[in-house]
Amino acid sequence: MVYLVVVYLGSLFSLLLNSFFYLEEFTGLVVRQFTLRTYAQLFTPTNLGIFGRTATMALIVTIADIIIAFPLAYYIARFASPRSKTYLYIAVTLPLWSSYLVRVYAWKLILAKEGIISWFFDLFGIQFILDKILSIPSIGGSSLSLSPLGMFIAFCYIWLPYMIVPIQTALERVPKSLLEASSDLGANARQTFQHVILPMAFPGVVAGSIFTFSLTLGDFIIPQSLGNSRYFIGQAVYSYQGTAGNIPLAAAMTMGPVVIMVVYLLIARKLGAFDAL
Amino acid sequence: MTAPAIRFEQVSRHFGEVKAVDNVDLEIHDGEFFSMLGPSGSGKTTCLRMIAGFDRPTSGHIFLYGQDVSDLPPYERNVNTVFQDYALFPHMTVEDNVAYGLMIKGIAKETRKKRVDEMLELVRLPKFGSRKPSQLSGGQRQRVALARALINHPKVLLLDEPLGALDLKLRQQMQVELKSIQQRVGITFIFVTHDQEEALTMSDRIAVFNEGKIVQVGTPPEIYESPASPFVAGFVGTSNLISGEVAKRLTGSEQMFSVRPEKIRLSFANDRPETDMISVDGIVRDVIYLGLFTRYLVEVEDGADLVVIEQNLKTTSMDVLSAKGQKVRLHWHKDHISHVGA
Repeated sequence: MVYLVVVYLGSLFSLLLNSFFYLEEFTGLVVRQFTLRTYAQLFTPTNLGIFGRTATMALIVTIADIIIAFPLAYYIARFASPRSKTYLYIAVTLPLWSSYLVRVYAWKLILAKEGIISWFFDLFGIQFILDKILSIPSIGGSSLSLSPLGMFIAFCYIWLPYMIVPIQTALERVPKSLLEASSDLGANARQTFQHVILPMAFPGVVAGSIFTFSLTLGDFIIPQSLGNSRYFIGQAVYSYQGTAGNIPLAAAMTMGPVVIMVVYLLIARKLGAFDAL
Repeated sequence: MTAPAIRFEQVSRHFGEVKAVDNVDLEIHDGEFFSMLGPSGSGKTTCLRMIAGFDRPTSGHIFLYGQDVSDLPPYERNVNTVFQDYALFPHMTVEDNVAYGLMIKGIAKETRKKRVDEMLELVRLPKFGSRKPSQLSGGQRQRVALARALINHPKVLLLDEPLGALDLKLRQQMQVELKSIQQRVGITFIFVTHDQEEALTMSDRIAVFNEGKIVQVGTPPEIYESPASPFVAGFVGTSNLISGEVAKRLTGSEQMFSVRPEKIRLSFANDRPETDMISVDGIVRDVIYLGLFTRYLVEVEDGADLVVIEQNLKTTSMDVLSAKGQKVRLHWHKDHISHVGA
């Protein structure tokens, strides 16, 4: 308990405290004096752009992961035999055993101009389709690895286990008797899915989306390794506290995702995601 | 004459090598309160699940009012189930739970609301509509489950040990209530239980299951007073089973017979046997005082142990407990023995 308060919340509090200081531009020293001027700096077009870009990416990665994860989780929870369930479960979590950096660099190679994806498009003589996709402004770029689309793919892959596991857990918790009861009361398989399974899996979806959303918000490795050079929140924080030595601005910037997550959780609660907990 | 509510025609259900239900024939009449009684693993629940459609017979046919439903999915059968764990939908209010069947059928909201209110009235839970199942007690959930099933006017209502999770007082109260609801709605109830007292209390007829087969079907008095086999005699109530030499000496035949503990009178004096009474001497080996009555374990000559139950009309605990180790004479009327098979 003491540990939680001191180490966990204490560091967050120190972050909050730092965000109310400011950096003296001439001396480059942090002035420990209460001010809101650091927060004001967040509202420049550049920084707002960073917030908007990161939140949008987090949102579409979350949606894509829900779409990919749900059928997988559903299969594992409902149809897989106990034996294959174990193997599938290991398969889902296996990537988490290896280094995150290695996996990001693997994707960098896969998505590169000379990488396997572009090689495949070439093989079938449909390179023009890839070029067409990459020429779309705001998602395209000179190659997949240097485009927001590539980042999106890597993000979806990296956070996918964090979406599958909670959804699967939620689905496993639906007792068989509830499905029988629904069927007994006249519902066919589709109606049972819609009225019983889906609502009961919803808390799992929300739990998973909290992971994918917040992890994307704070990540700085993928935007640095892949994509174009436009900043994401994580990168901005990294460079402010590192090279620029502007700890107060980095702290203020970090409060951005915190606020976004609080809003997100409030919406989730409103949608009834925590009712069944 | 209408077709029976449920008819089993040589129904079997095998799980691999295990014959959960083995060649069962059965007829359940329209409007009857029918109990399936048996120990766990005797096949009664599997029979119920086959009527509901959750399980299909390996062979044989099941008819619902003359229609062969053996291969229909649950949602195409006009039967409803009250589950052992109630299986209420936790994410819905009581009202939505009860209205579920009607909602699936696409019945208008206003009609739904009206019928839900009627149903909650029937199970004596008005004003509970907006609660969640987690906010209800066991007995209340039980009633909601009943309302949710009955609102669809099923032809047959299936109840899978629905009172198992309730405490004794509540269970006895629900037994009376279930019976009165059944008489009011006039629907055929099929009630699965392993509790013989419950079956005797509520049923019009009882089927006793053992090892996948029905060993006896009859009214509660028939089952209790004339058990068809040693198993039934032992499972429904307590019985003293006597066979062999002792039986021959007492009844003149070696055939096994049973006599209920409450039919035996116990006396300390060596009184002369009356006409039509069977008497045997023994020694009281154990006395269990149970307040309302006392249970004696008496060892009679030739080594057989008989259980005797006597109501504590005039005796106190002091009196009965002092009987231990004493010689006694047991009497019972010869009409109170029933010969059982084997």
